[in-house]
Amino acid sequence: MMKKILKNNNLKGWLYLLPAILFLGVFMVYPLIDVFIYSFEEGYNFASQTYQGVGLYNYSYVLHDPYFLQAVKNTFILVIITVPLSTGIALLISVGLSSVEKLRNLFQTIYFLPYVTNTLAVGLVFMILFKKTAYSDGLINLIIGWFGGSTVDFIDGPYWAKMFVLCFYTVWVVLPFKILILTSALSSVNQQYYNAAKVDGTSKFRTFMRITLPMISPMIFYLVITGFIGAFKAYSDVVALFGTDLNAAEMNTIVGYVYDMLYGDSGGYPSYASAAAIILFAIVLTITCINLLISKKNVHY
Amino acid sequence: MEVVLQNLTKKFPSRDRKKKEDVIAVNDFTFEIPDGKLIGLLGPSGCGKSTTLNLISGLLKPTSGKIFFGEDDVTDLPPENRGIGLVFQNYALYPHLTVKQNILFPLQNLKGKDKLSKDEMLKKAYEAAKLVQIEELMDRKPGELSGGQQQRVAIARALVKMPRVLLLDEPLSNLDARLRLQTREEIRRIQRETKITTIFVTHDQEEAMSISDMIVVMKDGVVQQIGKPQEVYDSPTNLFVAKFLGTPPINVFNGQVKENKLYIGEDAVLTIKGVANQEVYVGIRPEGFILKEDGAFQCELSSVEVMGRDISVVSTNKASLNVTVRAIIGTENKVNMENTSVKFSLVPRKVFLFNRETEERIDFEVE
Repeated sequence: MMKKILKNNNLKGWLYLLPAILFLGVFMVYPLIDVFIYSFEEGYNFASQTYQGVGLYNYSYVLHDPYFLQAVKNTFILVIITVPLSTGIALLISVGLSSVEKLRNLFQTIYFLPYVTNTLAVGLVFMILFKKTAYSDGLINLIIGWFGGSTVDFIDGPYWAKMFVLCFYTVWVVLPFKILILTSALSSVNQQYYNAAKVDGTSKFRTFMRITLPMISPMIFYLVITGFIGAFKAYSDVVALFGTDLNAAEMNTIVGYVYDMLYGDSGGYPSYASAAAIILFAIVLTITCINLLISKKNVHY
Repeated sequence: MEVVLQNLTKKFPSRDRKKKEDVIAVNDFTFEIPDGKLIGLLGPSGCGKSTTLNLISGLLKPTSGKIFFGEDDVTDLPPENRGIGLVFQNYALYPHLTVKQNILFPLQNLKGKDKLSKDEMLKKAYEAAKLVQIEELMDRKPGELSGGQQQRVAIARALVKMPRVLLLDEPLSNLDARLRLQTREEIRRIQRETKITTIFVTHDQEEAMSISDMIVVMKDGVVQQIGKPQEVYDSPTNLFVAKFLGTPPINVFNGQVKENKLYIGEDAVLTIKGVANQEVYVGIRPEGFILKEDGAFQCELSSVEVMGRDISVVSTNKASLNVTVRAIIGTENKVNMENTSVKFSLVPRKVFLFNRETEERIDFEVE
């Protein structure tokens, strides 16, 4: 009797899950497996659906490709700089927001604006702000000039300048979402803990470090994980800033490299693209696992 | 440390946009709390008792009036400089810290000359833990403790700095009935051992009566009566206090004083002196009834509840303001359930008269 009910329930459960499983299976799991297979098939050709052999050559090629190494370097720099920076700034702004009372809604709206603005449009604006052309030095260079600095072409100039613009842009774009999450996390901390801390004579800084931070640590952790993943998958922002010929600009990212291998001017190599994609997958997986391990000690649910 | 409240008043701005009047949470509260006593602030929800506690703790600033701890005027001091320990209704234990870390937390905040070495802190923490008997729980997280244990940790955390005044906000309201009895004994014991002036807030009159040295009954921000529990019970100043104290609650009747006789309905129940002829409310405690065949006060019998320790006679009376009249009598009495009515005589000191308009108690003498 019990078994029958259980079985019935099971069937029902699977039925409810079916739409999602079908959808995910067709558009997520199958392509994932396919990419994995492609990455081992040497010289795969879309049109004829043929390949020459099976092996690790694709990986070897990708890992020796200077463009790929450049893309990996760029991506890592982007991740390492923007994730901690954006989370830290978002935390500061959220704490500030929750301590002001007047005009709080106005500020919240302003801080949230970038989130609802199109990435490409924002990228273009950034480009115009930073770009140096024959006719104008751009707004940023103008400001640098006021302070007596020499002008730099941030879009077509030296590597560090371009990287600066990219990081600046990325931080700016991801901030609103993080601020939104953190302000709600902050407001969900029970006022009683702050009262208790106040009665015990806890300094503001210590209250923040020992009470506020641990209380919102699950949300910070969530933001760090999604931040890492998002930054590793950066592509459209880079295109918006530096155009589509990213290899020439030395600003390619791993996802950009995958795209170029498939559709770019030098494209038409699905095997290399697949290998690069699998490498990205492995990197993201490793970083996420490390994050999870670290979080076990420091995140309090 | 005695705590003196002088004309303490707290007003909150009205949230209602149409009504601009301030809400008066505490109105002109004057009271001197003697050193080393356990005081119960008692009243129904919204009567301003928690606000009073928060004013004493310093979490709220009074609109007017002063607060003294001994000789020190602490009215303008922030909470951390008042030397108080506060136990919150939901305990407010930091969930991510262990019990030990929670108790250590206030000590780690000490600065300058008060700063303690690690060993001293641990010693104090263990002393506090021992006082509330939770030494074996020191490495657990609050989430792994029962309500009663959390309560003890909260008290230990409040006591570890040896505060001048200990404040407890509804300390027993989150505990089940059995634990409540046990914990209130515990609070009494801890208070006796530490001799710290303790003020606690409760809406449960039984709780307040059972452990307090003195109780303060409040209603709508105004203090109704202050006194020893038994005194307040035996001579309430007004109808509200009489109704609020005592389980089962006091029976209230419409009555009349006419030519030195007290009438409830048609029955002249008592002969009294010193009260002018007037309409009154008559309050009779459940234990103020004596079952008597020729008793002057007649009620319609509805049921008899045998409690083991005593008997509860439930009856009705036309003049009663409550739905039923409840009398508690000794088990040596036998109530004949075949009778439709039951007759009582009254114990005069369990009978109170209240003015119809002001609801203040009217003193009377018995012939």
